[in-house]
Amino acid sequence: MSFESLVEGRALPHLDSAEIRRYSRHLILPEVGTEGQRRLKAAKVLMIGTGGLGSPLGLYLAAAGVGTLGIVDFDVVDESNLQRQVLFGISDVGRPKIEAAAARLRDINPHIKIVPYETRLESSNALDLFRDYNLVVDGTDNFPTRYLVNDACVLLGKPNVYGSIFRFEGQVSVFWGAKGPCYRCLFPEPPPPGLVPSCAEGGVLGVLPGIIGALQANEVIKLIVGAGDPLIGRLVLFDALKLRFRELKLRKDPACPICSEHPTQTGLIDYDQFCGIEPEAAHEDGFDIEATDLARWRDEGRDVVVLDVRTPQEYQIARIEGAVLIPLQELPDRLNELDTASTIVAQCHGGVRSAQAVHFLRQHGFAKTRNLAGGIDAWSLQVDPSVPRY
Amino acid sequence: MAAPIQSTIHIPTPLRRFTGELGEISVAGGTVGEALRDLVRQHPALERHLYTPEGTLRSFVNVFKNDDDVRFLDKGATPVGDGDVLSIIPSIAGGLDSGSRS
Repeated sequence: MSFESLVEGRALPHLDSAEIRRYSRHLILPEVGTEGQRRLKAAKVLMIGTGGLGSPLGLYLAAAGVGTLGIVDFDVVDESNLQRQVLFGISDVGRPKIEAAAARLRDINPHIKIVPYETRLESSNALDLFRDYNLVVDGTDNFPTRYLVNDACVLLGKPNVYGSIFRFEGQVSVFWGAKGPCYRCLFPEPPPPGLVPSCAEGGVLGVLPGIIGALQANEVIKLIVGAGDPLIGRLVLFDALKLRFRELKLRKDPACPICSEHPTQTGLIDYDQFCGIEPEAAHEDGFDIEATDLARWRDEGRDVVVLDVRTPQEYQIARIEGAVLIPLQELPDRLNELDTASTIVAQCHGGVRSAQAVHFLRQHGFAKTRNLAGGIDAWSLQVDPSVPRY
Repeated sequence: MAAPIQSTIHIPTPLRRFTGELGEISVAGGTVGEALRDLVRQHPALERHLYTPEGTLRSFVNVFKNDDDVRFLDKGATPVGDGDVLSIIPSIAGGLDSGSRS
């Protein structure tokens, strides 16, 4: 062993003969061995999220024999998850993820204990949830939860095995305030909404979370058995298109708001308004227009410009007939293509990006601009079912 | 006069839409600050994503020279040599269910 295992070495549980058979390929590795496998059995790992990253994490950690695997999620399985969330199959669609995941993981390894928590991670429950675990694996999809995971881990002195993905690019690290930098040493504050592309605009290559989640699982197992060099103080970047790994050095920030010697933050913070958990926007009267009302306007022959602010790729998947495509990011440069006198209904997938477009357009003199509530998804559900949903 | 110092900046995926999808851009400048200014000169759409309206680098944008965070070197004044590689490291959040809500 090259560094101290996370798991207390005294009074490790024994392996029975079935477990010895099951884990034999681990047991003959000097770096794991019987002791390492017993440490895995004694280990308690909490996974936040059972999605793209959580799928490979759960599969490999269960298969490897992590004795107690806690899983936190509150979502249900959607058909669009199956492109990358390999924990689930078609028969799970509509089922709570936590239920489907627990069943699958128990089937993979009946020797371990799966502890499901069907809840959203919040500042009110994070410390209590984390307290009993040796380490936490971050497989979430949004900034508020990532900061919560980091901060709760720092406050409790636990490692946070971090992975994050966007399109073709992934990041992995082990943030552990007690031994090295934490997430806030790298990113002190979450970015304001609107300045980073939202999840929905992003898309992700299905195999990417498989690669990044497997790297996280690798770090979890190393930390438990105490083998190799843990990814503390290092950030691995992976580019799937170029098939290139890069590694950057991370330093502990002496001014880190939470893990430095004189922290300015001593509790948990609830951030909101980020992709993934954006709350229903409360708009003033006359801001939104319902899909059925827009359809009626068009039937009545009213002159309405439907402005689609999604990406060209989304426009190819599905569109409202006659809609003009100007992606949100291009809008500031393409205002000359619109007429301030027109009645404009801005539209995106679900109504969040288009609301940004409406605010922007109104500030620039396009007074008769409204937001299609629920976006093209609502249009498909309420007006024209021939428009595919995605 | 000596030729200006040339380095390469790695553009992360989320920002490539502002660089015409280019992932590596050659820039001129003897310091990190100058190199970034040259980047923004070449691709003005990046400016608001990298800098605050007051002209300081945004707190959630990290810049590395080779494998070191310039915050722990000399920040914008960190010298850049020919052939150095600068990387912009953004915070990305995805992992669980990117794409189901917008």
